Amino acid sequence: MRAFTYERASTIETAAASAASHPSTRFIAGGTNLLDLMKLEIEVPTHLIDVNGLGLDTIEKTPDGGLRIGALVRNTDLAADETVRRDYGLLSRALLAGASGQLRNKATTAGNLLQRTRCPYFYDTNQPCNKRQPGSGCSAIEGFSRQLGIVGVSDACIATHPSDMAIALRALDAVVETIKPDGRRHAVPIAEFHRLPGNTPHIETVLEQGEFITGVVLPAPLGGRHIYRKVRDRASYAFALISVGAVIQSDGTGRIAVGGVAHKPWRVEAADVALPQGARPATAVLLADARPTEHNRFKIDLVERTLGAVIAEAKG
Amino acid sequence: MKFDTPATTNPIDQMKVVGKPIPRIDGDLKVTGRAKYAYEWHDASTPYAYGYPVGASIARGRIRSMDIAAAEKAPGVLAVVTTLAVGERKKGKFNTAKLFGGDEVQHYHQAIAVVVAENFEQARAAAALVKVDYAEEKGAFDLKEAMKTAEKPADSQQPDTSVGDFDATFGSAAITLDEAYSTPDQSHAMMEPNASIAAWDGDNVTVWTSSQMIDWWRADLATTLDIDKEKIHLMSPFIGGGFGGKLFLRSDAVLAVLGAQAAKRPVKVALPRPFMINNTTHRPATIQRIRIGAERDGKITAIAHESWSGDQPGGQLEAAVAQTRLLYAGANRMTAMRLATLNLPEGNAMRAPGEAPGLMALEIAMDEMAEKLGLDPIEFRILNDTQVDPEKPERPFSHRNLIGCLKLGAETFGWSSRGKPGARREGNWLIGQGVAVAFRNNMMLPSGARVRLDRQGIATVETDMTDIGTGSYTIIAQTAAEMLGLPMDRVAVQLGDSRFPVSAGSGGQFGANSSTSGVYAACVKLREAVAAKLGFNSDDVVFENGEVRSGNRSVPLTEAVGDEGLVGEDTMTWGDLTQTHQQSTFGAHFVEVGVDVATGESRVRRMLAVCAAGRILNPITARSQVIGAMTMGVGGALSEELAVDTRRGFFVNHDLAGYEVAVHADIPHQDVIFMDETDPMSSPMKAKGVGELGLCGVSAAIANAIYNASGVRVRHYPLTLDKLIGNLPDVA
Repeated sequence: MRAFTYERASTIETAAASAASHPSTRFIAGGTNLLDLMKLEIEVPTHLIDVNGLGLDTIEKTPDGGLRIGALVRNTDLAADETVRRDYGLLSRALLAGASGQLRNKATTAGNLLQRTRCPYFYDTNQPCNKRQPGSGCSAIEGFSRQLGIVGVSDACIATHPSDMAIALRALDAVVETIKPDGRRHAVPIAEFHRLPGNTPHIETVLEQGEFITGVVLPAPLGGRHIYRKVRDRASYAFALISVGAVIQSDGTGRIAVGGVAHKPWRVEAADVALPQGARPATAVLLADARPTEHNRFKIDLVERTLGAVIAEAKG
Repeated sequence: MKFDTPATTNPIDQMKVVGKPIPRIDGDLKVTGRAKYAYEWHDASTPYAYGYPVGASIARGRIRSMDIAAAEKAPGVLAVVTTLAVGERKKGKFNTAKLFGGDEVQHYHQAIAVVVAENFEQARAAAALVKVDYAEEKGAFDLKEAMKTAEKPADSQQPDTSVGDFDATFGSAAITLDEAYSTPDQSHAMMEPNASIAAWDGDNVTVWTSSQMIDWWRADLATTLDIDKEKIHLMSPFIGGGFGGKLFLRSDAVLAVLGAQAAKRPVKVALPRPFMINNTTHRPATIQRIRIGAERDGKITAIAHESWSGDQPGGQLEAAVAQTRLLYAGANRMTAMRLATLNLPEGNAMRAPGEAPGLMALEIAMDEMAEKLGLDPIEFRILNDTQVDPEKPERPFSHRNLIGCLKLGAETFGWSSRGKPGARREGNWLIGQGVAVAFRNNMMLPSGARVRLDRQGIATVETDMTDIGTGSYTIIAQTAAEMLGLPMDRVAVQLGDSRFPVSAGSGGQFGANSSTSGVYAACVKLREAVAAKLGFNSDDVVFENGEVRSGNRSVPLTEAVGDEGLVGEDTMTWGDLTQTHQQSTFGAHFVEVGVDVATGESRVRRMLAVCAAGRILNPITARSQVIGAMTMGVGGALSEELAVDTRRGFFVNHDLAGYEVAVHADIPHQDVIFMDETDPMSSPMKAKGVGELGLCGVSAAIANAIYNASGVRVRHYPLTLDKLIGNLPDVA
């Protein structure tokens, strides 16, 4: 870990402005991912802005029947919130499928969205990695890639986004609210928030330097059955091989987002349209452009089978 | 004392303390954080400095140069010691790859420098500034490729065995099996990392470390650093797990000693978690072939087990065929092992080396063979039980009740309810049951102890034996209490210090039986000293309730020992009973699993182990050993695999997020039953080891249960869902 300066932010606006004025600044809230990355010198900020004192830790109804979740609401609190559990069960279940109780107590809503990949080559600074060191190459594509992406991948990167929460937010069509360094407020649909790797896998979201997430807004509840099915080698405390987040109505229509397959929560609206026809047609659309490796080809079959089980569960 | 004739009745047989379910005496210290582990020794007046290791970033080659200028100038840095500056060193007797010194890189993350600074963060930051110029060389990293040129190692490793005519008998057998199996590289993944503190005082050095084998470490540290062994004081009183990963001297101790010398300060070094996987040792992967031929009635007539593993040049086989030489009858048999050269980190002992991966394959093969024969897998095993060494029928087992384990286990577990493969379903879960045999040889090593009895009537046992979480403190106290007729609270135990008599140490499940036998021997000496002092005939003297009695004379121990106290010291050595009799431990593992019909995720639902391992010295600590081992077997069956990058030559998933050991949610209900038995051939304790037995066969029982649940036979570990889903029923 390299030496850094540290400040406690007093207002959102000053936090954003300060972050924009320091060239290598990170906001820190729970720090559950950032601190590990700093110890390994994968993240080397020269300045940290602690945003824990900014409030933003409430969950409130919006005028149009939705829910605004503060950026600093802890994962544990969000998962346990009565309204979330009743109206957005998918979100609660996705949160509880992730990490451990201790981590969820610290981890925040905004921080969860900004997690870095768990690609093992990203974590080993001796190995080439375009995400860690742009232009150095990708060790994973021809290396150990069992956990990695199959769709939306590029020749530069096949990393996946590790969040469970983000899969639920994608299925629920959440909107990420931010403040730009100049003080303007901005809203980004979750679909556009994370980027595909392309030739710039080190740029993971559409956030500008200094842009600060203030919260996440959920639209009015969708009803239907909310199912989050995370598939992994051990029963707990593991990142998803794949996961399926679904909201399925009694008529068989619905929406699905899939985790563990791409650089962002993976949802294809045309696959939602195919959902009433069953798991096979829906998966065919969802993963139409899949480019798996030899190690992770099984994920295509796994998504289809898991989705089949999810659809059956929704019916039952 | 030399144990060379079967044990007769002795004071241990009273079983007033030995054999009782006594909670571990160091438990309070551990759960309150007062048990000091290696890195935690902290004397407020000592100005500790902190060392952080630098590991090689290539797998094989030479170091042309190292630039440490930036590291030396970094804040807080006291010293930078490089492998080039230290130069070539002798290697310890027990190390295959060198730990430090010289320009040769033999594997990824081999230690090439230690940076010492005022605090840990400064040392870590400065370590990242060390620049290295390598001349990288090609290496062999893929066992599947390297096995083609694998060689037969020295006869001392027993690569080939043969009895009768395997080929002819197998060729004409009515029912045959010929299958290939594989087990992956596995990591010990113990909770406490390898860690040491070194402090010099003149030309004497004290090392607090985490070592299973005090004397081996001390001798190898002396060799590696060219220090007089007598000038090294090594202490390792508490160890946060080892599983074989702390049997042999590791780089943390070497770096701490060199760092302390350079910085002229006591230095702490802990290996970072990724170093645990690529800097230290691991259980090597195996590729195995098993052939079994049997008559239609189920009698095995021919059995062959071959295994290929790899290691660094000069390394050793993973003896995966060891159990097959002894476990089942059959007149015609052969085993063969070949060793490939690999430039991956050093392969070496991990809990039940040999038998653990060997049984992972053999016990699937037995399940498959039973099915071919139309026999219940338990019936098939009972049919082929042997009471003698099948290679030398004149050599009996000292005591073998494998059949009892299988029968009691079947009854307790409800084995009769097991259905045909793929037949039982509950919702999305395919349910199945599996069984496998546990087998591990019983080894003994010489073990010494000293027992002091003071005028307060407190007995203090001193031995360099270690407690790696196994319960050594407790069973040693029980042994001394039994021998001296004292309650447990009158016995103190001090372990893991090179000033104490050399013991067996912890490994190979030899620790409990060997070390308590050493304490037994020391107590016999002490009893003789007490008797002599009182003028009693030591043959009929009784130690009971804090008194010494002979005939109608009775003297309190406190009075007997007097103001000066008395000491007994001895070392238990072993005769040839292990040559005349095959000594082994036995068990049966029963497992019920659910396999998710859609995803192929396998989850264990319940487990039972029935163990026959001689006298159980303490059913609580023994049970802990076995359930821990069963847990390790779940990880080994379902998720643990060091993923090899065969281009760059290293284990990629080098942390506990990537190397998935079983977690609480993976372990539902575990039961353990110990057969009520003694083995007078093993020692005066009549005990044998259980710590490795508990692991042997577990993974195969799970594999067999998965087959019974799903109808899918997987012969390559770990049994992850990708190996199942292609063959599971359609769910769409």
